Amino acid sequence: MTRVSMKVDGVVYEDDVEPRRLLTHHLRDGLGRVGTPIGCDTSNCGACTVLIGGESVKSCSVLAVQADGEEITTIQGLSDGDWHPVQKAFQQHHGLQCGYCTPGMILATVDLLKNNPSPTEEEVRHGLEGNLCRCTGYQNIVKAVLSAAAEMRGEQPHPGSFRDADDKTGVSA
Amino acid sequence: MIPAQFDYVAPTSVADAVAALSEAGEDAKVLAGGQSLIPVLRLRLSYPSVLVDLRRVSELRGVREDGNELVIGAMTRHADVITDPLVRQYAALVAEAAGTVADPAVRHRGTFGGALAHADPAGDLAAVALALDAQLVAEGPGGRRSIAAADFFVDYLQTALSPDEVLVEVRLPKLEGQWGVHYEKFNRTAQAWAIVGVAAAVRQENGSIVDARVGLTNMSSTPVRASAVEAALRGTSADGRSIAAAAEHAAEGTNAPSDLAGASDYREHLARILTRRAVSAAAGV
Repeated sequence: MTRVSMKVDGVVYEDDVEPRRLLTHHLRDGLGRVGTPIGCDTSNCGACTVLIGGESVKSCSVLAVQADGEEITTIQGLSDGDWHPVQKAFQQHHGLQCGYCTPGMILATVDLLKNNPSPTEEEVRHGLEGNLCRCTGYQNIVKAVLSAAAEMRGEQPHPGSFRDADDKTGVSA
Repeated sequence: MIPAQFDYVAPTSVADAVAALSEAGEDAKVLAGGQSLIPVLRLRLSYPSVLVDLRRVSELRGVREDGNELVIGAMTRHADVITDPLVRQYAALVAEAAGTVADPAVRHRGTFGGALAHADPAGDLAAVALALDAQLVAEGPGGRRSIAAADFFVDYLQTALSPDEVLVEVRLPKLEGQWGVHYEKFNRTAQAWAIVGVAAAVRQENGSIVDARVGLTNMSSTPVRASAVEAALRGTSADGRSIAAAAEHAAEGTNAPSDLAGASDYREHLARILTRRAVSAAAGV
């Protein structure tokens, strides 16, 4: 066993882990942070994407011991209280159907927009190439990302098609 | 999928890493970014007794100049290689090819040296290192030695590294001025491996090609140089017809694999087409 310490969604955890334990298993089974799903388990699909030090990584391809001393953000720690603009945009633009890819898709988007606050549609598609969605056909994901980018730049988010009773954005169909 | 059990050490110097490898014997594996090794471990295609993780060896990270060579530390991540100003100036082909590796999340973890030491012939960077006449510097118990890229890649997933050696840095002759470069990659889907890739560097003088380097990805069990193309390009005029004629030699001397992504004759066809495209782009034609 190897002693590891990591800050996950703002909380420091110290644990003894087997060196072979994958970060994704440590987050889910060790720390109970089950917001990070395991998709393909072969590092293709990106569902398990988390941020380490603000950078997107596939947590199925990182050992827990490699994350010793790191600061990790999962979908559960992306914001406290109100949704993150990317989360809001995915809802507003129907950027998900089954939702399995969504945590990874959102975290990959946060990383993408950090490096490129004004991406073109092509840059969005290229920047999210490591995250697979088998439901949406990506069209609404791209719309959501472009809308979130606008909002994060201080502009109006793009009009979405979804509105529910709790809609706080004031955007209607 | 859970890897088989192994011990783990994370030394803080190359010397300590070499000592750990020497002590562990042949069943030890070096862990760099892990983007190839960890999937291999999960699939239980490999059963190392010990992983020697280089993540704390800070001397292995970074890019520097040394006379007419550019030196890339083995643990420099793809994401850092792509944006490094020295790499972009003196080894733009490396930056361009690294930008096509997998996807952003993988490029945040995967390293330049790790990709070369893994020696997957479908990996993009090995053909680039070969085309650019890279020297790969390894440190073992007896000290450091430099291995030419042409001697480094021995066979499928096999290199000239001994089990107790660590790849320390990669030295690339600086290319600038009249050199144009391009990496042309063909794959079916986003983030997929190259079915075939072509790394090209071309130097022109007065409208003629005076020097050319062409490396091929996934056309044999190792990366290969398209020597016949290089010979045909030298001395020709930099126009579309001459380049197309030279590119017809691209599959000579290769031993392309046949797999689900394509049969060997299809890969030979791709090599010719992609070489024409890569050299044309490098030459600005």
